Amino acid sequence: MKAVITVTGKDSVGIIATVSTVCAEYGANITEITQSVLSEYFAMIMIAEIDRLTVPFADFADRLAASGKEKALDIRAMHEDIFNTMHHI
Amino acid sequence: MLNVADILETIGMIREENLDIRTITMGISLLDCVSEDADRLCDKVYDKITKTAEHLVDTGISIEREYGIPIVNKRVSVTPVSLVGGAISPEGYLKLAHTLQRAAKTLGINFIGGYSALVHKGMTVGDKNLISVIPEALAETENVCSSVNVASTKAGINMDAIRLMGSTIKRAAYLTRDNNSIGCAKLVVFANVPEDNPFMAGAFHGVGEPDRVINVGVSGPGVVAAAIRRAGDCDLSALADVIKTTAFKITRVGQLVASEAAKRLGAPFGIIDLSLAPTPAIGDSVARILEEMGLEVTGAHGTTAALAMLNDAVKKGGVMASSHVGGLSGAFIPVSEDEGMIAAAESGALSIEKLEAMTAVCSVGLDMIAVPGDTTEEVICGVIADEISIGVANTKTTAVRLIPAYGKGVGDSVSFGGLLGTAPIMPLRTYSPARFISRGGRIPAPIHSLKN
Repeated sequence: MKAVITVTGKDSVGIIATVSTVCAEYGANITEITQSVLSEYFAMIMIAEIDRLTVPFADFADRLAASGKEKALDIRAMHEDIFNTMHHI
Repeated sequence: MLNVADILETIGMIREENLDIRTITMGISLLDCVSEDADRLCDKVYDKITKTAEHLVDTGISIEREYGIPIVNKRVSVTPVSLVGGAISPEGYLKLAHTLQRAAKTLGINFIGGYSALVHKGMTVGDKNLISVIPEALAETENVCSSVNVASTKAGINMDAIRLMGSTIKRAAYLTRDNNSIGCAKLVVFANVPEDNPFMAGAFHGVGEPDRVINVGVSGPGVVAAAIRRAGDCDLSALADVIKTTAFKITRVGQLVASEAAKRLGAPFGIIDLSLAPTPAIGDSVARILEEMGLEVTGAHGTTAALAMLNDAVKKGGVMASSHVGGLSGAFIPVSEDEGMIAAAESGALSIEKLEAMTAVCSVGLDMIAVPGDTTEEVICGVIADEISIGVANTKTTAVRLIPAYGKGVGDSVSFGGLLGTAPIMPLRTYSPARFISRGGRIPAPIHSLKN
């Protein structure tokens, strides 16, 4: 199973470190990262394997969201199925 | 494979365009709770509902957190209570309303539907006893919703029932006069009522349904409006395709949530209701879609055509995205629950006659319309009879949810808060249909050949 993690907000030092630290802490394996910075606006999409999470996925998603609060980042972890069902037949 | 554009599109729909799952509604049969003793009936009903739906809210919340899509409401619909209450006394039915309320509070759901009766051909003692206390039940409870089906294409229109509903609505308005007559917002009069509708206030669990079932209502007027805006000045064939594609995507999410909820709750998946359900929030309005299609304001000539096309395209896109479609499935046009409709009604662009015409081509009917508190029972019955005939003659569901706001007149407005929104008082014609209504009896079922 995979999760799609999206991060948006104002660019600052250590965004990737913040997200990947939480992923490592709870056993999510990051397999892909794509990111861009457009006039100080930061956008990143990560794909992570979540089969070996040490906490329920919903809790992991909450913790990621909380980790972005301090830097005013919007961090969402969503099950890949929502994207697959919406865009693929 | 996932690609960035798809991911960003989905996130944009949720973040910017108010995409959500409007409701997960668990239908629960109460047929095994039947008892001639009101207390025993209430105990069995309470136990059945609270056991069967014990995990409904938790499950909804965890799906919401995992998939990142808001699930706005978790609700329960039950077998029309007049079928399980039989000939218990009116007091017994009132007790049953309190039991449903208690069950709703225990479960943490925001509405429970099924305080209902099906009287399209005639009324049993139980139906009469139930209807006689609907106003008290709505005034004394907060989360219980009531509906009465007074007509069907096969049975015709029960005008005696319509007459009874006219006085029931007026009494509900009076009993909840301190709260903008909110009782009427929880009471729907139907023709051709669907038995698997997940949306309130008209939801109940039909007799042909299994013991328990999961029905899901999707939403997404904001997503459709944004897609139309992006499509620019294309012709209507192209626009219909844009709407279909968008409806497909919205419904696929509904299907995913419904299957997941059904699996986790151990209940069969029933249907997806393909409705565009607005809220009073900015960017979540069906009226604004019609305006995005090219109308200056909803209510302009051309509104019925635009709505018919929208409704049809939503169904065509949605049907392919879901394994089972049912419920009301169409665009909702409640006045108080739609920011664009409120604005159109306030400006005088949208009249009740135009709304009535619109209901001929979309789901539901005259919904959440506030009218002057001094409207007579006969006029309310006339409004109901007109709307119900549209459903019966066109073999479709129609409904009436009118709020004759006690003590209010044209120029005032009523505010219910939350999803129920705010409604300006709309004028009705005050000419009397009293003699027609007082004849009673049944309007015969319409013929379905010799079409014109």
